[in-house]
Amino acid sequence: MSEPILSVSDLAVEFDTYGGTVQAVRGVSFDVAPGKTLAIVGESGCGKSVTVQSIMGLIPIPPGRITAGTAMMNGVDIIGRKTINGEDIRGGQIGMIFQDPMTSLNPTMNIGNQIAETLIVHRGYSKRQAFNRAIELLALTKIPEPEKRAKQYPFEFSGGMLQRAMIAMAIACEPQILIADEPTTALDVTIQAQILDLLADLQRETNMAIILITHDLGVVARMADEVLVMYAGQMVEHGYVDDIFYRSSHPYTMGLRAAMPTNKPGVDARLTPIDGSPPDLFHPPAGCGYCARCPHAMQICVDNPPETYILGERHETRCWLHHPDNTTQIDGINKAVRSGA
Amino acid sequence: MSNLVSIKNLVKYFDIGPNQRVHAVDDISLDIGEREIVGLVGESGSGKSTLGKAVVGLHDKTSGSVSFKGELLPQKYGPQDFQRHATHMQMIFQDPYSSLNPRMTVGEIIGEGLRLHRQLPSATVRDTVAEWLERVGLEADHMSRYPHEFSGGQRQRIGIARALILEPEFVVCDEPISALDVSVQAQVVNLLDELKKSMGLTLLFIAHDLSMVRYVSDRMAVMYLGSLVEVGTANELFFNPKHPYTQILIGSNPEPDPQLERQRPSTAIEGEIPSPVNVPAGCRFANRCPKVMDICHHTTPNLISLVEVDNADAAPRDVACHLYT
Repeated sequence: MSEPILSVSDLAVEFDTYGGTVQAVRGVSFDVAPGKTLAIVGESGCGKSVTVQSIMGLIPIPPGRITAGTAMMNGVDIIGRKTINGEDIRGGQIGMIFQDPMTSLNPTMNIGNQIAETLIVHRGYSKRQAFNRAIELLALTKIPEPEKRAKQYPFEFSGGMLQRAMIAMAIACEPQILIADEPTTALDVTIQAQILDLLADLQRETNMAIILITHDLGVVARMADEVLVMYAGQMVEHGYVDDIFYRSSHPYTMGLRAAMPTNKPGVDARLTPIDGSPPDLFHPPAGCGYCARCPHAMQICVDNPPETYILGERHETRCWLHHPDNTTQIDGINKAVRSGA
Repeated sequence: MSNLVSIKNLVKYFDIGPNQRVHAVDDISLDIGEREIVGLVGESGSGKSTLGKAVVGLHDKTSGSVSFKGELLPQKYGPQDFQRHATHMQMIFQDPYSSLNPRMTVGEIIGEGLRLHRQLPSATVRDTVAEWLERVGLEADHMSRYPHEFSGGQRQRIGIARALILEPEFVVCDEPISALDVSVQAQVVNLLDELKKSMGLTLLFIAHDLSMVRYVSDRMAVMYLGSLVEVGTANELFFNPKHPYTQILIGSNPEPDPQLERQRPSTAIEGEIPSPVNVPAGCRFANRCPKVMDICHHTTPNLISLVEVDNADAAPRDVACHLYT
């Protein structure tokens, strides 16, 4: 593993609302290296988007509040900062693409100028230079007839084309990190395959790190080098993609996998849903966030938050089942790594 | 298996201006057997939802027919037609946020069908609603709450209870799970499966999540730009697709298995689904098809059943492609 380009540690974010304080992110740590893809997985409300938005400085403060944690990029903590060595972080060193390209772009501005704006603001290009570069970027993201397309408005683009335009905008300043927040959730599978291929090609060419937020384990399997599984604002499991899929160690990760159909000819296992719903983050549970839905919950899970156990190289889990004194054998829970570690 | 629903040459066009006509559903024939689940897949804009709505009468038919248990359904539904058919044909909608009236309590929403169609005393309606709330995994005292108090998965269950309380025989499910999280999708799918077994439901299950559709359905039908390109049993069609479009669609579906994904070549195709306003002559998939031939550009292929020479026991399969004619 090469030096990480970004290391986040113990990030905690709260929001004040009329109903009280929501503890949206409760101590999340991860890092990502150049040329690698980290996937952040979890269900709605688990804090995946808030995590990356806090790093980008995109959460409104107030009502939001980053109560703890650091995000080190090139030796500087970027939480609360706008620039590193005079260069803009947001849009410059870190690019971001969003789930819904239809609502993330300005409907009153043509696509070329929207991309050019990034270059004018962050790189000091002239208007003409920036527009010409925008056309090149549209060509790079494989939009046909880029000269003509640059002069068109978002409503003239299809969803897939808009997502390409948004990628062009995000990579305009050659960022070291690209954050993609559910980039293909709104797209059809055929278009999703095109966009995922495009992201992988761009990553190979520019060696940028990608943080991919998704809830689709198929997309994770296709794209990720490492996976961070989040639940109720915390990391529950982290590891290389193969560790997460073939040596899952947390009941939530296993639950997610059992809830999805696998397409193996002749195998028709009944889907196992995860019963119940995530905990209320106004009053997060004292113990493990997942214990109310966990089929293997023990008394300790209710009372005490689990520690993080290291299972192997870069594979860690936050579950009491992996405590060295626990002797319960549970089917499918990866014990071999633990005894070997 | 006898056919419960029989769709014959169904056409639905929308006129959107002078000489402009959206060919949303163009000459589709499909039979749905009793207690069968037919999964309908295709990209957005392929006409899946329009077909589903035309079948239950929410859209008028431009031409063609739909029959239910051999009885021809009206071309255009009037209030009496809805009154008569709503008790045996229902629909579950895609968006659990916009398909529930925010000003009605959950009890009113679910019980409305009973009040309109069964003339039951209100105490009986209340008891039946309570029973259905429990049947779909909610609680009886949720009846007095409003939709905004529920999560997406819970609302989808309310939509299911509303559709099923009249104990219909046939239900069109329009993307019932795509707005839900993975863990909740499985809950809803299993619930539909249980209800299918206990009530003998027949479903037209519209979705774009191919793995889920294969899992749920007995048969699968693939739509492209208003027409059917392939119909077959779910497993056969998924694991051995014949039509080039089905092959690409299934090849684009990412599997939750990293080793498999690393070995799999990219099957992404260029281009996007063309506009249904001016449909190309010939095969509608011709301009994106990797196996396109001359004939594809000028002759429209018909949906024909495929006869496998070497395998007489093969499950029936219909394909609309010149490769197989």
